[in-house]
Amino acid sequence: MGHRIQIEVNGKRYEREVDARRLLVHFLREDLGLTGTNVGCETSLCGACTILVNGQSVKSCTQLAVQADGTSVTTIEGMADGQDLHPLQAAFRDNHGLQCGYCTPGMIMVAAGMLADNPAPTEQEIRQGLKGNVCRCTGYHNIVKSIADAAEQMNGKGGDS
Amino acid sequence: MSVFGASIKRREDPALITGKGKYTDDLVRPGMCFAAIVRSPHAHARIMSIDTSEAATAPGVIAVFTGQDLVRGEAGGVVPTCWLLPNLVTPDHPILAKDLVRHVGDGVAVVVAENRYQAHDAAELVEVDYDPLDAVTDVVAALEPGAPQVHAEAEGNLAFDWDLGDKEKTEAAFSQAAHTVSVDLRNSRLIPHAVEPRGALAEWDDAKGELTVWVTSQNPHVHRLLMTLASIGLPEHKIRVIAPEVGGGFGSKIHHYPDEAIAAWCAMNTGRPVKWVATRSETNLTDAHGRDHASHAEMALDAEGRIIGLKVETKAAMGAYLSTFAPSVPTYLYGTLLSGQYDIPAIHVRTLGAFTHTTPVDAYRGAGRPEATFLIERIMDLGAAKMGLDPGDFRRKNFIAPDAFPYATQVALEYDSGNYGPALDRALEMVGYQALRDEQAERRKSGDGKLLGIGLSTFIEACGLAPSQVVGSLGAQAGLWESAKVRVHPTGTITVYSGSSGHGQGHETTFAQIVADRLAVDVDQVEVVQGDTREVQFGMGTYGSRSAAVGGSAISEAVDKVIAKGKKIAAHLLEASPDDIVFEDGAFHVQGVPAKTQAWGDVVLQAYLAHNYPDDLEPGLEETAFYNPANFTYPFGAHIAVVEIDRDTGHVELRQYACCDDVGNVINPMIVEGQVHGGLAQGIGQALWEEAVYDDYGQLLTGTLMDYALPRAHMLPSFDTDRTVTPCPHNPLGVKGVGEAGTIASPAAVTNAVVDALSTFGVEHLDMPLTSEKVWRAMNQSGNGQG
Ligand code: FES
Ligand code: FES
Repeated sequence: MGHRIQIEVNGKRYEREVDARRLLVHFLREDLGLTGTNVGCETSLCGACTILVNGQSVKSCTQLAVQADGTSVTTIEGMADGQDLHPLQAAFRDNHGLQCGYCTPGMIMVAAGMLADNPAPTEQEIRQGLKGNVCRCTGYHNIVKSIADAAEQMNGKGGDS
Repeated sequence: MSVFGASIKRREDPALITGKGKYTDDLVRPGMCFAAIVRSPHAHARIMSIDTSEAATAPGVIAVFTGQDLVRGEAGGVVPTCWLLPNLVTPDHPILAKDLVRHVGDGVAVVVAENRYQAHDAAELVEVDYDPLDAVTDVVAALEPGAPQVHAEAEGNLAFDWDLGDKEKTEAAFSQAAHTVSVDLRNSRLIPHAVEPRGALAEWDDAKGELTVWVTSQNPHVHRLLMTLASIGLPEHKIRVIAPEVGGGFGSKIHHYPDEAIAAWCAMNTGRPVKWVATRSETNLTDAHGRDHASHAEMALDAEGRIIGLKVETKAAMGAYLSTFAPSVPTYLYGTLLSGQYDIPAIHVRTLGAFTHTTPVDAYRGAGRPEATFLIERIMDLGAAKMGLDPGDFRRKNFIAPDAFPYATQVALEYDSGNYGPALDRALEMVGYQALRDEQAERRKSGDGKLLGIGLSTFIEACGLAPSQVVGSLGAQAGLWESAKVRVHPTGTITVYSGSSGHGQGHETTFAQIVADRLAVDVDQVEVVQGDTREVQFGMGTYGSRSAAVGGSAISEAVDKVIAKGKKIAAHLLEASPDDIVFEDGAFHVQGVPAKTQAWGDVVLQAYLAHNYPDDLEPGLEETAFYNPANFTYPFGAHIAVVEIDRDTGHVELRQYACCDDVGNVINPMIVEGQVHGGLAQGIGQALWEEAVYDDYGQLLTGTLMDYALPRAHMLPSFDTDRTVTPCPHNPLGVKGVGEAGTIASPAAVTNAVVDALSTFGVEHLDMPLTSEKVWRAMNQSGNGQG
């Protein structure tokens, strides 16, 4: 009853047998041991489990592992380049964009997807882009600030301006 | 610049932003299996029979237990309440229901299986035959004659009938009143919604007879104590409770729930490590809810608009069982705050606690103080309207004068310090108050644009919980001091063991700042350990905005002891008297002889070498302090909300929110501001969107994030925050605590703003949440305002 899937996660290829009903988030957390992706609701409503699948932000509690067959996945563990933090990670720390940190991987991943589509979002666009992600600690104030800061850093560095 | 008061970046963050933080559900133990709890779908029913046979033979199932066979031996198998009021009725709360279920979500059986899918599958196969009974979920209905009974021993569902203040004096004040105002209000029921669901992982070491439980806890020592005393029965030294990374709590992870005890019993019965983690619907059904009051309040005024009396009667829901600190919340954490920032010469408050067929209610961020603030700040606006005064002026008229401190209220508190005018002035300035009033007048005249409302909330809280003797005399079955151990290693670096147990507050950073500042060492030389009963001596945990004021003060006192011992060592090395030694800028000097100095590192090293050492001194440099606060701390502030209301739809938009808080000295401004932001979002959430709703049968209609409206980023503005600083006079750091300020102040500020906007429709009060529908009805049913 297992299904064989091939999946690239954070640049590494995996081939695994999974049950048809296994959620992608459980596959990542329990089969691959990548526990940075958190579960807050299992119902697509909190965003704690957000990852990138082929560059698009996706709630991994609402996808089956078998649906991710053949895709390339990035989780929070794949954001830093060795010791170098991704600008979003650095900005969340610089701007106190996290408290308990439970929503944070999802926030960083949804922001990564957001900035890929819109590299210079306004405050309102950032807020709209976070609609699917809940944070109970920060009141979003510093999360919004962190993402705006990261966008600025990335544009400054990104080099097409 | 001193490290105390600096916005240094958090050391917690590197692990959390890279996905390396380990929360309870991230932990894996060899041979670990999973538990799923079978929960009652009925609010009130008799359990006729439970058939576990099919579940027991389902794939992967290791064991199935019911309330009859989970708990072995004499041990309790109950979770108790820890705050006893006079004549409190304290029915048992068994960890799995045996005969009766009393709320939807009450546990009746547990399935242990190889993995979480199999455990949840098999839980569906447990057949429970229920005989449903009538239920009551509303706090007012529960106290009415003939209401369905939650517990046989609590007649009329009354858990307690409590009062505070002077009833006769208050009645006398009312008989003298030139004016009175009154209001009936509800304080809505809330679900805390830490984003990390509650969970526990229990492991039993049969050879040693030791139990280890990793649990999503704000206070692991309290969890351990209650496991020993009531739910598990093992001796305290044979239980280790660890709070790993904890993903938010807001009160909901203070309490000892059945679930961690169930996981522990499953581990002891099966010999396997057992993990249980709530689904979101489970957290909504079982995390202790907050608030749920129905109150009537009256205020008496003299002819000049000075308050001369306040009387309050509150019905407070307890839910189906008394949760850990539940009885304290609508009594001593509520009634004591009803004087607000005001000089009120006569107050009387009575609270009736009622059992209902709902999830238990307990401390949720602010715990009692938001309810008190909401009530007093609402009735202050009614008083201002009655007197025809601006709400700011009316408040100012009634403020306790800055020279009146310490000020004894009529409701048992002694405010140690305060200066309320400057915070209000600053908040008014931040929003441009007069310009807003002009804009409002303009819009009212022209009828153009949205309705504009401005709401004030000048609040006080009692936090830094709390002086042990005081809380003991009020019914607490625990002392509310805090402990700290400061261990200086031979090379001079330091490990601090704190009884506080942070879960997002940044203690590892701020506590290190306290020590680094006192000892003039680099902050990176200080490590902070918390959240593990084996590592930390004892601790009361993190809640009630107590960690900086009580936990931080304990650390400061332990540092004092380290310095005192260091002085003895330095005196020996310098051949001086210890009384002549001063510790300054990280070195020990002989007073008045700056050349005679011993560096910190040399003294520390000598403490461990003990080669050249005082005869009467023990080697080593490690000190413990148990700090018992002399009083509560009294943070205060002024908050202002500005709202716009769509005339056609009733939609409320929060246009601006500004606040000036006084939390005393500040260790790390960045973290303090973050606490304010988060608190504001929760309080604004209550005012505008959040509410736990039950139907008449006791079904929770807001059991998922689809139906329970949590604030999201696009619903909120950025916040304007500022501070005044009135240090706490009775703790060594002068800090007061900030965790709850935003949640305490903001529901009233926002509600006052909405009512202000609607005042031209004759609206005097609306209950939260202020949904579009409620506001639209208020505009369209009152009929006497402008269109
Ligand atoms: S866990 Fe996936 S959205 Fe909440
Ligand atoms: S930081 Fe705790 S939920 Fe966002």
